[in-house]
This record gives sequence, C-alpha cells and structure tokens, in this order.
Amino acid sequence: MNAAAHARHDDGPPTDYLSDTSVASWLLTTDHKRVGILYLISVTLFFLVGGVIAGLMRLELMTPKGDVFSTPDTYNRMFTMHGVIMIFFFLVPSIPAVLGNFLIPLMIGARDLAFPKINLLSWYVYIIGGVMGIWILIHGGVDTGWTFYTPFSTMYSNTMVVTAAVAVFITGFSSILTGLNFIVTVHTMRAPGMTWFRLPLFVWSQYATALIMVLGTPVLAISVILVALERFFGFGIFDPRLGGDPILFQHLFWFYSHPAVYIMVLPGFAVVSEIIPCFSRRPIFGYRFIAFASVAIAIFGFLVWGHHMFVSGQSMYAGAVFSILSFLVAIPSAIKVFNWTATLYKGSLRFDTPMLYALGFIGLFTIGGLTGLMVASLAIDVHVHDTYFIVAHFHYIMVGGTTMAYLGGIHFWWPKISGRMYSEIWGKLSALLVFVGFNLTFFPQFLLGYLGMPRRYFEYRPEFQVLNVMSTAGASILAVGFLLPLFYLGMSLRRPRDAGPNPWGATGLEWQIESPPTTHNFHEPVLVTCGPYMYSPEEAEREYASQHVHHA
Amino acid sequence: MQASTSTMPDEGRQILSSHFDDLEQQHLSSNLGMWFFLGSEVMFFSGLIVSYAVYRGLSPVAFELASRHMDLWVGFFNTLVLLTSSLTMAFAVRCSQVRDNRGIVRYLIATAVLGSAFLGVKATEYKKEIDHHLFPGPHFVVPGHDAEEMLEASKGPDGQVNHEVYRHNLGRFQMMFVFYFFMTGVHAFHMIVGIAAVLIFAVLAKIRWFSGYGHTQIEALGLYWHFVDVVWVFLYPLLYLIG
Repeated sequence: MNAAAHARHDDGPPTDYLSDTSVASWLLTTDHKRVGILYLISVTLFFLVGGVIAGLMRLELMTPKGDVFSTPDTYNRMFTMHGVIMIFFFLVPSIPAVLGNFLIPLMIGARDLAFPKINLLSWYVYIIGGVMGIWILIHGGVDTGWTFYTPFSTMYSNTMVVTAAVAVFITGFSSILTGLNFIVTVHTMRAPGMTWFRLPLFVWSQYATALIMVLGTPVLAISVILVALERFFGFGIFDPRLGGDPILFQHLFWFYSHPAVYIMVLPGFAVVSEIIPCFSRRPIFGYRFIAFASVAIAIFGFLVWGHHMFVSGQSMYAGAVFSILSFLVAIPSAIKVFNWTATLYKGSLRFDTPMLYALGFIGLFTIGGLTGLMVASLAIDVHVHDTYFIVAHFHYIMVGGTTMAYLGGIHFWWPKISGRMYSEIWGKLSALLVFVGFNLTFFPQFLLGYLGMPRRYFEYRPEFQVLNVMSTAGASILAVGFLLPLFYLGMSLRRPRDAGPNPWGATGLEWQIESPPTTHNFHEPVLVTCGPYMYSPEEAEREYASQHVHHA
Repeated sequence: MQASTSTMPDEGRQILSSHFDDLEQQHLSSNLGMWFFLGSEVMFFSGLIVSYAVYRGLSPVAFELASRHMDLWVGFFNTLVLLTSSLTMAFAVRCSQVRDNRGIVRYLIATAVLGSAFLGVKATEYKKEIDHHLFPGPHFVVPGHDAEEMLEASKGPDGQVNHEVYRHNLGRFQMMFVFYFFMTGVHAFHMIVGIAAVLIFAVLAKIRWFSGYGHTQIEALGLYWHFVDVVWVFLYPLLYLIG
C-alpha cells in the first residue's frame, strides 16, 4: 500500500509490480497481484506433490496384485493424502486465490482488494495449513480418506487424524478470508460506472464462489474439530455406544463438502466465460443468465448434500428429495454450457492455447455433469456407490473441469501476469496432451466402476487389468501434459517482455493497462461506460485479418 | 480523495488507506466485511446448534435431566452482565462518533471488565461441574437420581426396563454436557478474543493512535462484541431454560 502511494507521488515513471525483487518485499507485500503470485507458486508445489502421489497409485494399480506399496495400509495413506492435498491445497485455492486475487481488482477498476493485509494473512494461514499437511505426509500420513468418515476416523484409525483435522481447519480460514475479501471488494470497490450488470462474468462467478466459501467452510471447520475432540476425549458424539451417531458427521461434512465442489468448479466457469467470447470474437450469449446461474448453483449447492448418503440408511423419502434437488443443479449448469455453445456458434473462432483448454473444459465438464445426473439418480447410485464410477465422475468435474479451466486461465492471463508470450506450439501441445491423457485415464474408470471395481482397493480381480493399464497409461500422458507448461512458461520468463497490453484483442479493464501492471494498477481514475464483451463482428473481422497478416 | 481528507482539522482526521477512494468507501468496506465475517460465524455455531437440536429432539428425557444441572440464576446473572457490556460497548461506539476520546477509553474498559466478570462466573460454573464429574469423557459419572429417572423412563409398556434404551439415554445424558461444554467453550473463546481486542483498542485510544478516534475500527469491534452477545442470548435458553 505504501509502495502504491509512493508510486503515485514520485516523479519517475511508475514501475510494474514485479520490479522490486527483494524477498522481504514479496513476503510482506499487500499487493493483490503479488499475493496471487505467492499463491501461484505454492499451489503449483502442492499440485506436484499431489500429482506424484497419484502417479504412484496408478503404478500400483497397473497390476491386480499389490507390488509398489508394501501394504494396503500404505495405499490407504497415499489416496488420503492425494485427496487432502489436491482438494484443500490445490483445487479449492487454485483459481480463486491465484487468478481471482490477481484479476478481481483489475477487472472492476480498483487499486486493490478491500482488505490487502487480510489477503496476505490468508496466504500465511494457507501456508501454515499446507506445511502441516506435508509434515503429516512425511510422518506417516492418514488413512481415513479425505472425508474423515466416523467412526473409523474417531475410533479405529491409528494415524494422525487430529493433526490432519487441524490442518484442514486452519486452511479453511484461509478460504474464508479470501471469500470475505472478494465479497466486500465486489460490493464496495467497483469503479464509477461499473454496475453489477457490467461486471465481467469472471467476477460474478468468483462472487458466487466467495459466498459458498464464507457460509460453507465454517461448517466443515466445526465438523473436523468435532472429530479431533472426539478422538482426543472420547466424548461419544459420533459413537453409538455413547448415544452418538456417526451419520451426523456425514451430514455436517457434506453440508460443506458438496458446496465445496462448486467452490472448485464455479471459478472454472469464471475463466471459461472470459475465454470463450474473446476467442469467438462475439459478445457472450445470455450474460444475465450466466451471471444468475452462478448464484443459483451456489444456492442449490447447499441443498444437495444428502446425495452422498443414499446408502447411509437415511429414509427413502429423504433420498428421493435429495435426488430431485440434485437434478435441479443441472439446470443452471446446463444454462452455462448452452450459452457458451451459443457464443461459439457462428463466431470467428481462433484456436489459441487458452481456447483449446476452454473447449476441453466444456467437453470434460459435460461428461462429468451428465454422469452426475446418473449418480444423482437414487437407483443408479446404489449400484455404482463407492466404485470407480464415482472416482471417474468427480475427477471429470474437479480435475477435468477445474484444472483445465485453471490452466486455460493461466495461459490466457500469462501475458498480463508476466508481460511475456509463451510458445504457442508447446501450449497447444500441452492442451492436447492434457485432454487426451485425461480421457484415457478416467474414461476407463467409468467402465471399471460400472463393472463393479470398488474404489480405495489396492488389489483387484484380474479381469479389470486391461482397463487399469489403459488408465495408468493415460495418467503418464496426463503427467507430461501437466509438466510441459512449467517448462515453456518458465522459459518465457527468460525472454524480454513482448506481450504488450492486449495480445488477444480482449475487452475488459485488465487489458487496458500495461503488462505487467504497475503496482497501483491504474494511472487515472477509471470510468466505465459500457458492459463487458463488446466484441463486434466488424472487430472480429479486423482481428482475424490482422492475425493472418501477423503470421504471414 | 486524499487531498480532501487532509483539509479536515487534525483532531477529526481518519487515516485513509491508499487503495480506497474516500472515507465513506473505507467505512462501508469495514462494516460489510465485519457483517459477512459474522455471517460466517453464525454458520460456525449453527452446525452445533442444529446437531444439538436433533439429539435433544431424539432424547428429550436425558437432555432435560442433564440441563437441570445448569444453574438457571447464575446463567441469568451472566446474561445480564453480558447485556450490560453490550450497552457499554454501544456507548463506546457513540463516543467515537462524537469524538469523545476519554469516553471511548472509559467505556471500553467497562466493557472489558464486564466481559471478564462473565468469564469469571462461567469458570466457577465449569469448576462446579467438573467437580461433580460432569465433564464428558472417561471420568464422567451420571448422578444416581438421574440414572434412576432414566431407568424409569426406559420402561416399556409392560413395565420391563429396555436396557438398550437405558444405555442410550445414559449416553445422551453425557451428550448434553458435550454440547454444553463445547458450545459455551467456543463462546468463551470468542469472549477472550473480544476482551483482548477491547483492551488493545482502549490502549490505542488512550495514546490517541486512532487519529480520527477510530470510528470505523471501533464500530467493527462493536459489531463483533454484540454478535458474541447474541450468541449467548441463543445459548442460554437452549442450554439452561428449555425443559
């Protein structure tokens, strides 16, 4: 903040936000863009750790017998840590904390988020939780699954459940603080003329996400703390012998953790809603429907937790109600997919890397969403419950959806973040590899699950081997696809700045300023006079022509 | 923008952070932030309150017997203390609006004293309950007459005791104390944080650290304090009065 004030009063030219390279300036920064970069680095590290564990698990599952890990117990610890790290330390913070932090103030014409110090605090809280997570991993891990189901977690598991619960609890606060900051920023920091219906859809989606973070996360916090206390004191709150009910935990847990799926995928919608219009050179179709659909998903998300509990012994009527409510979530989700498709229709499509990722997102999310309808159906769910069908379904939504969108967003805004263009050929290759690798990894798992292979087992019947080998082969392609961006994005940093303010010819305030942005974002007060996505057909024509000239 | 604030007399100047355009925006952000944070806190407590309500609804006898161990009048006294502290907090906020620095310090200290009194009373209640082995866990003992009443309540229509129901009731009797200690404990934790913040603000006001008498900050603190108060207003009837 002080730096911003100085930059404005100094006589010299304003410097970009990356120019001060001292470690202290990074660790004490309150600049939302720098906090975004801090998150980018830490989230990437956790993604690598979670990814390595996933690779080990796929190796284990290549043969029907256990051969990589010595005991099933090790395998249990591995899939738990994979889940905990990927969900709490990668998927939940990835798009909001990296891209949201970086972009929301830029997109609404503000100098920073409403609470810059709290923003930095959220990163430190996240790091504390993350370090605990890694510490647990090194010291033996947890074997409960990322869901910490009672009574196993409270009574039988002999692993570090309490530490893991505390780590998740702490990380939750980071999420709450980020959400709080976004909500207040969107309410109070918009530039003059930036009305609610001139907000970029990215901001709408992040706003809906932030609502879930603020209202859902505390319930998760309370449920994991109850698990920790129960383990510590043996209170009996989840122990039937003492009058408790283990199912209570599932209710509390899924009340957060189902909305948490939308914490992961709504930001993905946010990114795709920016990329699709830009690379179709068309205004987005049905702006208001997409905006309201985000909020509707956030609200419905809180009403469907019971579909995780169809086989928990809840009443048939509860099951039926939760089944119907779960179907309702498909409506706003489908509105979004149809609107993106309608935006593509008759657009002047350009297949740059971000666009490939966004199209991949639509494909994978559609498969994940349609199989979501299958598992929302009470009867089908009873058949595929706790099988690889479920594993494939939620990986399509959470990994296929969120990760594709995250990578698409990183590529889309990389020129803004770093000021550099990356190698387009390598970018396209990575998008292709991720898409192919992903489908090869997870589509066979739908079949495996439907045929009856249960999840969380480290051995299986020999007839499942062919599909498992396919899956493992896909995972290795996927790994290459995920690793490539690290190299060519890293290499782009060695080049001089060449991106210019607006390499994609995109609309939106963030593209009006230089790349990388200066510390205080905007040189002059911003006045917004029109809505986002003003891509006219004439402009599209011009852009398209200039592209061809450029390449010639 | 910044120029307009510096023309105000020094006494009334609020510090404007550089990323805000004007004081109004800063004030609005601070208030809204606190409201949403409190919304988040409501969800934190509501997970517990809903679980409590469900268990209570399933075993009314055990919960009612257990809640008879709460001292209604001590709880009532504490409610009064806490409501008075909300009043003094409201006065402190008012003083910050009319720029009465001495008033702020005085009322903040009064708030902290009342808050500490509440915690002191709560501590004696805890001690009494722990002395009677009513703290959940391995040392928990169900008092004899309560056990008899529950045995009575566990009899079926044929006059035979259903031992499964009886054991269940014993468990639920302890469950009431789990909720009691956890809910009041989390509330007490919020009180401790609040008292610490109130004292820090009193010192800051004393040394005139807030150049504008910290209107925005003290108002946010006031919201927090009232919230903690309101939580108790829900906990008191839930734990002490029903039954």
